[in-house]
Amino acid sequence: MADEPVVEATGLEKSYGRVRVLAGVDLEVARGSVFALLGPNGAGKTTTVRILSTLVRPDAGRARVAGFDTVRDRREVRRRISLTGQYAALDEQQTGEENLRMMGRLCGLTRRRARERAGELLERFDLTGAAGRRAGAYSGGMRRRLDVAAGLVVSPEVVFLDEPTTGFDPRSRQAMWELVAGLAAAGTTVFLTTQYLEEADRLAGRIALLDAGRVVAEGTAADLKRRVAGRRLDLTLTDAAAYGRTADLLGGRAVHREPDRLLLGVPTDGSAARVRALLDEIDPDRDAVARFTVHEATLDDVFLALTGRAATPAAPAHKEPARV
Amino acid sequence: MSDLTAPRAAVPGAPARALRHCLVMAARCTRLSMRNTDALLTSLILPVMLMLVFVYFFGGAIDTGTRYITYVVPGVLVLCAGYGAAATAVGVAGDMAEGVVDRFRSLDVGGTSVLAGHVAASAARNAAATAVVLAVAFAIGFRPEADAAGWAAAAGLLAAYLLALSWLSAAVGLLAKSTEAASGFTFLVLFLPYPSSAFVPVETMPGWLHGFAGHQPVTPLIESLRGLLLGQPVGGAPWRALAWCAGILAVSVAASGALFRRRTA
Repeated sequence: MADEPVVEATGLEKSYGRVRVLAGVDLEVARGSVFALLGPNGAGKTTTVRILSTLVRPDAGRARVAGFDTVRDRREVRRRISLTGQYAALDEQQTGEENLRMMGRLCGLTRRRARERAGELLERFDLTGAAGRRAGAYSGGMRRRLDVAAGLVVSPEVVFLDEPTTGFDPRSRQAMWELVAGLAAAGTTVFLTTQYLEEADRLAGRIALLDAGRVVAEGTAADLKRRVAGRRLDLTLTDAAAYGRTADLLGGRAVHREPDRLLLGVPTDGSAARVRALLDEIDPDRDAVARFTVHEATLDDVFLALTGRAATPAAPAHKEPARV
Repeated sequence: MSDLTAPRAAVPGAPARALRHCLVMAARCTRLSMRNTDALLTSLILPVMLMLVFVYFFGGAIDTGTRYITYVVPGVLVLCAGYGAAATAVGVAGDMAEGVVDRFRSLDVGGTSVLAGHVAASAARNAAATAVVLAVAFAIGFRPEADAAGWAAAAGLLAAYLLALSWLSAAVGLLAKSTEAASGFTFLVLFLPYPSSAFVPVETMPGWLHGFAGHQPVTPLIESLRGLLLGQPVGGAPWRALAWCAGILAVSVAASGALFRRRTA
């Protein structure tokens, strides 16, 4: 039983009007792990989270969370999860403490227990000093912390965090990362979405990369990095025929393709021996490759290589400078 | 799998849960109402202002066969209840525009509980507003002759109207795309008592208006209140008023349930 995935989705599809947001998403999350759904704006991350947290019905496919179907048994699912959205779901006119007490009462705690629990959470989330202030007067970071706290009034099996650090300054981001690490250490399953590979890398045991409503890659951070990170060998081919031949030969190993520039990128560790071996393998007759360069894979590279869309303006790298 | 229940604090039966959710939501909405000082003051002061305007500015020119204050207070009470109830639309629209409803839904709080909280807060606001109106009315010479039963019946009718209109407002709040649009509804409801016998006798209105003014939902209510508070016979008017309220309530509860599901789909 313990091996059964705590989140399991198969073939999730969702369209809004004529816009296809999810085009068949399959996911599996192990109990007690931290799972990151990584993708650019508009990839379908929020829709996926809203389906998994029972707020939206999928058009097709099904999902089970904590052992229950998200449509048929949504009440059971709701008792076992918490959701913190991109936009804080709080009463701005109520104080931080009042918000938490209200959540406690809604979860079935007694008046006294709800008050105690609110106090514990405020302390744990470093909000005790702001307990009596209206949530509307909180800073962005404080509000998100209160929002996460509101989801932890009773211990959920799965915590969904939709872009928990979007719009944060580095200090708030660090604080949120520590918070997620603390949840994970306590054995709670955390399902988070993010636009930042660095965040997924730091927090998550497994990462799924979502692009245009599909999971295009899935694995541990190390798996994903192995496909693209370290160094990249960029080959400029001599002509279109050589490009076609080499691209066929490399297949999925070519993480970067620019036919216009006759350019193919292959991940490598960058050592002379590996690069030499790669060149010999790819071009035994020594007439296909015109030039090559070896460079450090950046976060941009990782992202672009995996989504296969080099020039998409929505790619997160444009919003946040990549840090290697 | 299903026997491995999470360490939830309490899992009572569905009706008990729903009742608890309603109570928590009612406390929440009442607290929010108290914090919204501008709207609260407006809902307390506006009906009193209108009553003073009618009694002192217009009243002298209106012949109703009785002292005008005696005639107009039931109308002001209805106007006050309607205006206060309509504010529910603004509160509901505000909730729907923010993420907090998603939080409630993820806690398995039903739409009915969320809306019932707003309706309950509306009732609390209106009890206060009605008390203020009555206090001022007494101060300026309103002398009803109702016995205890009359007062109770009048209060019951007013509560029924308030309940029906609050639910209707909740449904309007779900329809409205913004709080601004929702507040347009309060204006409409504020205006509804004018083409009735609330402030002037219907017979003084143009003939084409008689049909509407004589049969719209507010009219039997005002006739009943007037009769009950002044200890006069009321005939079938209270039953007509109750029928209107029951009809509006039934339609509004059903519609708001469906609208809530649609808005959150």
